[in-house]
Amino acid sequence: MNNLASKVSRQLQQIPKSGIRDFFELVQGREDVISLGVGEPDFSAPWHIREAAIYCLESGNTAYTSNLGLLALREEISTYVQRYFGPSYDPKTEILVTVGVSEALDLAFRALLNPGDEVIYHEPCYVSYSPSIVMAYGKPVTVHTRLEDNFALRASDVAAAITERTRVIVLNFPTNPTGAIEPVDELEKIAKLAVEHDLIVITDEIYSELIYDDTDAAKVPSHTSIVSFPGMRERTILLHGFSKAYAMTGFRLGYSCAPNILTDAMMKVHQYSMLCASIIAQKAGIEALRNGAAEVENMRHEYALRRNLMLEGFARIGIPCFPPGGAFYLFPDISRFGLSSRDFAFRLLEQESVAVVPGTAFGVSGEGCVRACYATGRAELEEALVRIERFVKGLG
Amino acid sequence: MIDPILEELQRNSRSTPEELAKLFHLDAAEITAKIQGWEADGTILGYHAVIDPERAGHTGVTAFIEVKLTPEREGGFDRIARRISKFSQVTSCYLMSGGYDLVVVVEDVNLRAVAQFIAEKLSTLEGVLSTSTHFQLKVYKESRFTIQGESHSGRLPVVP
Ligand SMILES: Cc1ncc(COP(=O)(O)O)c(C=O)c1O
Repeated sequence: MNNLASKVSRQLQQIPKSGIRDFFELVQGREDVISLGVGEPDFSAPWHIREAAIYCLESGNTAYTSNLGLLALREEISTYVQRYFGPSYDPKTEILVTVGVSEALDLAFRALLNPGDEVIYHEPCYVSYSPSIVMAYGKPVTVHTRLEDNFALRASDVAAAITERTRVIVLNFPTNPTGAIEPVDELEKIAKLAVEHDLIVITDEIYSELIYDDTDAAKVPSHTSIVSFPGMRERTILLHGFSKAYAMTGFRLGYSCAPNILTDAMMKVHQYSMLCASIIAQKAGIEALRNGAAEVENMRHEYALRRNLMLEGFARIGIPCFPPGGAFYLFPDISRFGLSSRDFAFRLLEQESVAVVPGTAFGVSGEGCVRACYATGRAELEEALVRIERFVKGLG
Repeated sequence: MIDPILEELQRNSRSTPEELAKLFHLDAAEITAKIQGWEADGTILGYHAVIDPERAGHTGVTAFIEVKLTPEREGGFDRIARRISKFSQVTSCYLMSGGYDLVVVVEDVNLRAVAQFIAEKLSTLEGVLSTSTHFQLKVYKESRFTIQGESHSGRLPVVP
């Protein structure tokens, strides 16, 4: 057949190739690379969780589950979400188990958007937001966060982006790639805007447990989600999953909590496109929520120590970096070296075999920064710092 | 709660004060002082390498000996447990709940040496009622380290 490219839908053709892809290919061919370019834990899922998955297989539990997901899992999610985020959700009608937050995001956009509806989201951000919005025939509207604000989102910037076509605001705090946390007073202002303009908020809470105190690694700060503000539960889709806190990325398990009507709408897409999440993952998820808290804290504490190690290292080397409140990323400011973030990352890889991701892979406002993930062993982090120091000294 | 620095040393006693200082945002001197304090007051009893006995070519034997005791009017099991602990063959000694009173872990060069220790030293102690000895056959996990590590997770080097 001729001209296959023209057979691809116009909608999809609009979506540019992932900015991270060419970099990935470059890294993959090389040995001796210390990668700070990952976006997932270096831990394997805790053993008791894996063991629950094995038990599921052993006992022959290999069937479809309810479209919404196993009720036992939804009940555990309901308990957990109420304890950690505040609002209570009915496990029978307001919780949907998905194949990761990735699927849940797609479901939410497809459930909410009519062609041309505008969705406000903040950049730099996780790479899937904008394409997912476009694939749902929505129009992505970017609000840029700034280095000077430690990449927190200004409510005034959100207000300025709202138009008659705005339907949804997407939030992600702690943020991938910056690790940013939203100050509670700004969050409250954004909540007020959502209420005032009758908007839906999708909050991607995937890093919510991975939060840090600047002085005491053992201390777990409290987390505030936008859903906890007055008038928000009824207009919020809370997305969460097991990938980061429980180190379960490969299980592909997430969930959405939302008022019944929205859950039903998302469920409609889910039942025809996915049917249900894997039962093995769901069984593992039940075990994670019932008995995983101590392991989550162990991992969080280890990330907290590594974060200190990396912040100390960047300070020593002379690379400015704000201490991000969450996730497992640092977003150092490399603008003083006179290279674009892309050139910085490519040359660092070329010369010292250390992979960091150019900030621009996460949006134009990531220019001047790179994302360095510290979900990697301490010895490797130390070695990466040595190499980065040598690299920037060479830049003069 | 146990001090996180102590916890860190428990996992890796080779962490230097300089490394710990970076992890905990403290002064290396402060850390050194803390460690010296723990060493002085007996909080830190010692340091050792955790080894895989098979790889290390260890040919000795290890026995877990359940010991029943008659408690003493004053001091209960303490005096006799301390006495048992002092033998150099004894590597650990724990007071237990349940069907016996002590677990005594003994390491020696061979079966005969362990048997001799039990027959001559342990069972003959006043207050020892009976012993039941179990020999260790294989080590699967030692001090939190599994002997056969896990294969690496095979993460992709760059992920969004
Ligand atoms: C902000 C953010 N949201 C969602 C995801 C996808 O998560 P899941 O594994 O649950 O699909 C990621 C993964 O990197 C992420 O960083």
